[in-house]
Amino acid sequence: MKSGNYSNYKELARSVRLTILRLIHETKSPHIGSSFSIVEILVALYFKILKVSPEDPFNKERDRFILSKGHACPAFYAVLHERGFLTKDELNGFAINEGLLEQHPSLDLKHGIEITSGSLGHGLSIGAGMALAGKLDKANYKVYALLSDGELNEGSTWEAMMFANQHTLNNLIAMVDCNKIQALGHTKDIIDLNPINKKWENFGWHVKQVNGHNFNQIFKAFNTLHRDKPNVIILQTVKGKGVSFMEDNVLWHYRPPDEEEYARAIKELSK
Amino acid sequence: MRVNFFRALQDLAKERKNIILLTGDLGFKLFDSFRSQYPDRFYNVGVAESNMIGIAAGLSLSGKNVYCYSIIPFLIMRTFEHIRIDLAYNNLKVKLVGAGGGFTYGLEGYTHFGLEDLALMRSLPNMTVVVPADPQEAISLAKASVEYDGPIYIRLGKTGEPFIHEKPIEFRIGRSIILSEGKDIAIFAIGSMVYPLIATVELLKKAGFNATLINMHTLKPLDKAIIEQVSSSHSFIFTVEEHYVNGGLGSAVAEVLAESGFNGSFRRIGIPNDLGKYIGKSDYLKGKYGLTTEGVYKKIIECVEEV
Repeated sequence: MKSGNYSNYKELARSVRLTILRLIHETKSPHIGSSFSIVEILVALYFKILKVSPEDPFNKERDRFILSKGHACPAFYAVLHERGFLTKDELNGFAINEGLLEQHPSLDLKHGIEITSGSLGHGLSIGAGMALAGKLDKANYKVYALLSDGELNEGSTWEAMMFANQHTLNNLIAMVDCNKIQALGHTKDIIDLNPINKKWENFGWHVKQVNGHNFNQIFKAFNTLHRDKPNVIILQTVKGKGVSFMEDNVLWHYRPPDEEEYARAIKELSK
Repeated sequence: MRVNFFRALQDLAKERKNIILLTGDLGFKLFDSFRSQYPDRFYNVGVAESNMIGIAAGLSLSGKNVYCYSIIPFLIMRTFEHIRIDLAYNNLKVKLVGAGGGFTYGLEGYTHFGLEDLALMRSLPNMTVVVPADPQEAISLAKASVEYDGPIYIRLGKTGEPFIHEKPIEFRIGRSIILSEGKDIAIFAIGSMVYPLIATVELLKKAGFNATLINMHTLKPLDKAIIEQVSSSHSFIFTVEEHYVNGGLGSAVAEVLAESGFNGSFRRIGIPNDLGKYIGKSDYLKGKYGLTTEGVYKKIIECVEEV
């Protein structure tokens, strides 16, 4: 599937969710909820926003996408496959012996993976370094970093936020997947991030908040980025989005579906 | 030593326009000249070392040749996991230049000491670990590091280190330097301990022992060939380092000896794995642990007489 000529993003998102479900079920892998909450943003990025091409993955002018919340990589891999960065065989090398893809991504530019992630709190710093290099080289590429809300517990992320503001990295776009649940519970009960918009604003960032499952809102946010500031899009999402019994439920941070749950989930996603 | 290293780097930066220098808000006056010559290639990232490692990784992934500076514990211990993944695992060409090996910071106390750095950095895949023994070696290392493939940890002292070499030397990462050749005793030394041991060798000579002294400036990749060669021709082997005795040069040499069938005597001389016993300047602390010309001489003689 090529970028830009796919009219039905919703259909694509549904297909991606089915792929995620299959990958996770077959390999009994964790993080289905975290993967489902970022499907729309990934589809929006890879089919409309990012200037990247699987035919030219090393192009110095390519946009950089960083999945800082590396644990949600089933969604990332599924979208990379739809976009032509991973073949079906390569995708099926997820979480198996002698496979290509682990349960957290490893740097692999050929397949469109810009950084190694899986430890939270790394991605925004690396993205800021890439954005700084882009400025120094007067390059036109942009750097997009997708973070989780739980990841904002990590102090290094706030170090990177301050750095990006100090150096006016207006070519850096952060996105926070606010699915409101982290590994062991709801973020508000662990480290309450609210008011999250104000926090970013006070760190010098231009903030847009959207429904992270609404393509129109997502595209509008990308169309109204601030020209002179680093930008962040706060994506209000639902963990486990798309499968009713997984939605907003801590259980599905780790749990892979059993046979019965798998069948029910397929049914829901196929409606 | 720091000044010599960064002056050399500044010269190199003239030709190599992709060199970028980052500091975590340390190195007072050290970078004034570099910064004024290359204002857009010097960044004080603030007191945020983990972020500095990430910035370095992002710059490196975008074609820049990055040098990061701070005092050792802040540069590599606070940030260890960022180094492990962003630099070592990804095998990026980023240089970590740490100031204050061992007790260099003396009265500033334990927070500023570099006592475990060699052990930590040596454990990381892809990481090269180099400790120049004098300002001349630091200059040579600056040059050798520029085109080097992969991350390097460089442990420097601070200021006023004496010169061992009068002129620029041939310095190859991974190739040790034999400073004196004897036959009874072999001493492997690293960094700040190399210079005082030149005089130790003279004391040993007066006592009737011919000692081989080897400057193991590269801890990783280790010059195994010289260790195996020495182990077949010497019956006493010592390692000397301003570092905890576990995990650093002594451990690295012991690993090679244990697998090479060496059946002579081997002793590690360094800092015992404890902390906070003494307060004092760097020289005082080194004296307390016997890391001096005479202190090492005494330990060697004790060992030789014991056997």
